Amino acid sequence: MGDHHHGPAKGLTRWITTTNHKDIGSMYLWFSFAMFILGGAFAMIIRAELFQPGLQLVEPGFFNQMTTMHGLVMVFGAIMPSFVGLANWMIPMMIGAPDMALPRMNNLSFWILPPSFIMLACTLFMDGGAPQAGWTFYAPLSTTYAPPSVTFFIFSVHLLGVSSIMGSINIIATVMNLRAPGMTYMKMPLFVWTWLITAFLLVAVMPVLAGAVTMMLMDVHFGTSFFSAAGGGDPVLFQHVFWFFGHPEVYIIILPAFGVVSQIIPTFSRKRLFGYDSMVYATASIAFLSFIVWAHHMFTVGMPVAGELFFMYATMLIAVPTGVKVFNWVTTMWRGSLTFETPMMFSIGFLILFTIGGFTGLMLAIAPVDFQYHDSYFVVAHFHYVMVAGAIFSMSAAIYYWLPKWCGRMYNEKMGQLHFWVSFVGFNLAFFPQHFVGLAGMPRRIPDYALQFTDFNMMSSIGAFIYGAAQILFLYNVIATIVSGKPTSEEKTWEGAEGLEWTVATPAPYHTFETPPPVK
Amino acid sequence: MLQLSKNPTIDTAVKLAGVTVAMFAFVFVVMVPLYNVLCDVLGINGKTSGEAYTAVEVKVDTGRTIKIQFIASNNAGMPWEFGATVPMMKVHPGAVNDVLFFAKNPMPSAMVAQAIPSISPTRAIEYFHKTECFCFNQQPLDGESSAQMPLQFIVDQDLPADIKTITLSYTLFDVTDMANSAVAKR
Repeated sequence: MGDHHHGPAKGLTRWITTTNHKDIGSMYLWFSFAMFILGGAFAMIIRAELFQPGLQLVEPGFFNQMTTMHGLVMVFGAIMPSFVGLANWMIPMMIGAPDMALPRMNNLSFWILPPSFIMLACTLFMDGGAPQAGWTFYAPLSTTYAPPSVTFFIFSVHLLGVSSIMGSINIIATVMNLRAPGMTYMKMPLFVWTWLITAFLLVAVMPVLAGAVTMMLMDVHFGTSFFSAAGGGDPVLFQHVFWFFGHPEVYIIILPAFGVVSQIIPTFSRKRLFGYDSMVYATASIAFLSFIVWAHHMFTVGMPVAGELFFMYATMLIAVPTGVKVFNWVTTMWRGSLTFETPMMFSIGFLILFTIGGFTGLMLAIAPVDFQYHDSYFVVAHFHYVMVAGAIFSMSAAIYYWLPKWCGRMYNEKMGQLHFWVSFVGFNLAFFPQHFVGLAGMPRRIPDYALQFTDFNMMSSIGAFIYGAAQILFLYNVIATIVSGKPTSEEKTWEGAEGLEWTVATPAPYHTFETPPPVK
Repeated sequence: MLQLSKNPTIDTAVKLAGVTVAMFAFVFVVMVPLYNVLCDVLGINGKTSGEAYTAVEVKVDTGRTIKIQFIASNNAGMPWEFGATVPMMKVHPGAVNDVLFFAKNPMPSAMVAQAIPSISPTRAIEYFHKTECFCFNQQPLDGESSAQMPLQFIVDQDLPADIKTITLSYTLFDVTDMANSAVAKR
């Protein structure tokens, strides 16, 4: 107990052996940004190849590896760890806890990730190249017809699954056991609520993904036929198992983003969040519904009509709690004293673009028309509107919102606004035209396309390059803030901000809330 | 509520680890069998019943002729010659039919094979009854030898009238290693 108030250890070992939630949170955030750049580089290769019809830059096989690796790295390497990092930083500070409940496991769950992704990236240099079956790695493309590197891919997925599960157990254990006295569940900030529910989703479905890749491993190496029709198995079974994981997974990605936006919009509206209780219930409903809608990803596999109808209606039902959330955010802004700092701009951008993505999602939910949209660029446009404009925009908002609290320095508002507007324009230029080429019949995951899609694809590529460049601006903004931003020591960086994290000193000391704070 | 540890944090963590293990097991012991049962009941993925069918009061419906096509193929890496002696048969619903498949092992060493059946269209599955089939058992063959393999089947007289053709497909698997290890265990 003697050196209870020690600072961080010095040198590299600090980062390897740390059990401090802030250190681990920072490592998660930096790691996820590195993966964001890597996945972004893959996307740039894809868009460069699609700039013109015909084969220009890469072989079709390599193109498939790029689409696959882009999806895997972005979903599992960039978005998920970034929100885990945010959870590490913010949840203890929001509920008045001194640290995460299981700090050593926290260290382990982070340090599993880099080896896992290094292994995944190494598959690019192996014989036969990286996995090329798409991020959904449908069997038999990922089993019978997979390159030998698929075994490394499977091990990598196992590792990152273990990491996610440990991270989630940690978050649940923290929220359930370490809340400051008086911090009842219904007083928790919404970011904590959305992460609590997300963590339960992770614990429930990451093992299902592990099961799917284990079955792949057995099919590839041990002579089983889970997914091989010739051996009495069924490739459609893979799709069911995958999407039983995959659909909750998309809410795992978006729910923390909802939480972030629910923190930021009230701050810059200078009003309390409208409909707190309904936000909590809506989040829980979305989580529950996510388990009974998975087959809307596979309407075209030949399901009985009753099945198509069930999954269609269940999917549309999700629009209700999601609509409640969008309504609450808009109503929070209604008659608020709005100001438009960078975090608020990203949140409003999120709100508008995510709603567009939600509407295209509703279109895709309609089983009879999904037969046209299925596996087209319309789907690509849809999920980039909800993943990029949903998760990445809210993550950018979160960084600008809490960065002054973390490092005690203010970012440059003009540069932040520039980052937002370049991102916003680049994003829409990249993905809005994809709705049109998709509806006109351009399939996804192809390196070449029919001539009539040329103009829209060119726009799309230019937009993607602009969006990619904007992220270099983001990196510059963050580093410039940390190195030479204007120092600030105000506890409340934003005058309208509420919550325990704004009661600690700025920059946030290495240890916070060693004695639980009073909660009104 | 169940208390697994005095430390509430450890208690939560252990329970959640239990949930993780249960969900992993759920994939194998619930999802896969449940999928197979559902496909069986709904007849939606071409799997045929592994049980021999015992005929009850057969009435041969000579008014209808059904075309039965046979497809035989080898799984990747299987060197045997494998096929039906006739590519196609015309049968009446209710009648007992026999057909022979042949297999030849061109390799110098003894091997064991297993045929896996599939039927198309899927709606015909429940009306196609095999009373005897080489696919019920494994087929061992010495090196450079061949065998005739019998199949006896009845097309149910209740077969929907719009089905005129049924395709029966077999894929032959090399199960020598599995068969040997099963022998070794004994």
